[in-house]
Amino acid sequence: MSRADVLVSADWAEQNLGQPGIVFVEVDEDTSAYDKGHIAGAVKLDWKTELQDPVRRDFIDKAGFEELLSSKGIANDDTVVLYGGNNNWFAAYAYWYFKLYGHENVKLLDGGRKKWELDSRPLTEETTQRPATRYTAKDQDTSIRAFRDEVVAAIGNKNLVDVRSPDEFAGRLFAPAHLPQEASQRAGHIPTAVNVPWSKAANEDGTFKSDDELRALYSDAGLDSSKETIAYCRIGERSSHTWFALHELLGEPNVKNYDGSWTEYGSLVGVPIEKS
Amino acid sequence: MCGAPTQEDTLDRTLPSNVDPATASIIQGRVVRDGEPVAAAYVRLLDATGEFTAEVVSSATGVFRFFASPGTWTVRALGPGASGSADLEAGTGFTETRVEIA
Repeated sequence: MSRADVLVSADWAEQNLGQPGIVFVEVDEDTSAYDKGHIAGAVKLDWKTELQDPVRRDFIDKAGFEELLSSKGIANDDTVVLYGGNNNWFAAYAYWYFKLYGHENVKLLDGGRKKWELDSRPLTEETTQRPATRYTAKDQDTSIRAFRDEVVAAIGNKNLVDVRSPDEFAGRLFAPAHLPQEASQRAGHIPTAVNVPWSKAANEDGTFKSDDELRALYSDAGLDSSKETIAYCRIGERSSHTWFALHELLGEPNVKNYDGSWTEYGSLVGVPIEKS
Repeated sequence: MCGAPTQEDTLDRTLPSNVDPATASIIQGRVVRDGEPVAAAYVRLLDATGEFTAEVVSSATGVFRFFASPGTWTVRALGPGASGSADLEAGTGFTETRVEIA
């Protein structure tokens, strides 16, 4: 697998709008962004109301994912091109989620919505209608998803990468600074985790850095490539961005995203926490 | 200092109910180009080492807001073909700034 298999440029995207077999999907943290303008033909996925179980803190199950993608008009053999705001955090999260349920052809639009807008490329408010499909998902591929017991067992044994900002890592902030700060749990990080903010993997316009730059970034941070790696952040979206850089762009074989992330770990009773 | 907005340019100081200005550090301001507010600019908050902390998109009137902690910060804004930044010192409560992009 190479960069071209998983990442497409804005130029490529613009040239391939409306192509049969290619479905653009927008996923944003601000779920109203799509309604104010989106790439022509793109469908919207709401990470909160559509990808999460409405009651439990978990994902929708396989049948739910099948129903969701069928209703969006996405077929098993479609190439799905994901993009979104916030430097593709939630698009990367959706990418990882599509992979979790075994979708074959998924790509991320490099730079996402930001690069698209900074290039002054066209957006439309026209709603997209796609005929329903009969989508079939696979069982979750847990080789890319880490759960809490595995994370606790990884302390001192595996690479733990905390991709939040230095202030969150140090325990000075509970959440990214564009959100009101919550105070319902402990602040800090998992012992032995290294702090490689997700943003170090991206350029200012939201595009990913080159493979060489990424390789240097993670080896300089002390990631041992002979060990398995678990990435985490606050709720699992920024760590999907880093999971994408490590697993999809650099081809590191054993990388998991811990989607429970700090909101789970920082609320657990009896686990060790480090600050600053 | 730091290009604090003028009297007639007052920014909204309404806060979510879970934010206490006595302890929180709220950094807000407006992105401006040739004296006009810039909507839909990408505004990022960088910490004292230049590291990314958060990013928001400016409102229709060019306004942005961050919930940070006291310290030294840089606000950097990007629009199509233009960018600019402003440095500031934030304490608790509101710190307001203006970011000129060109």
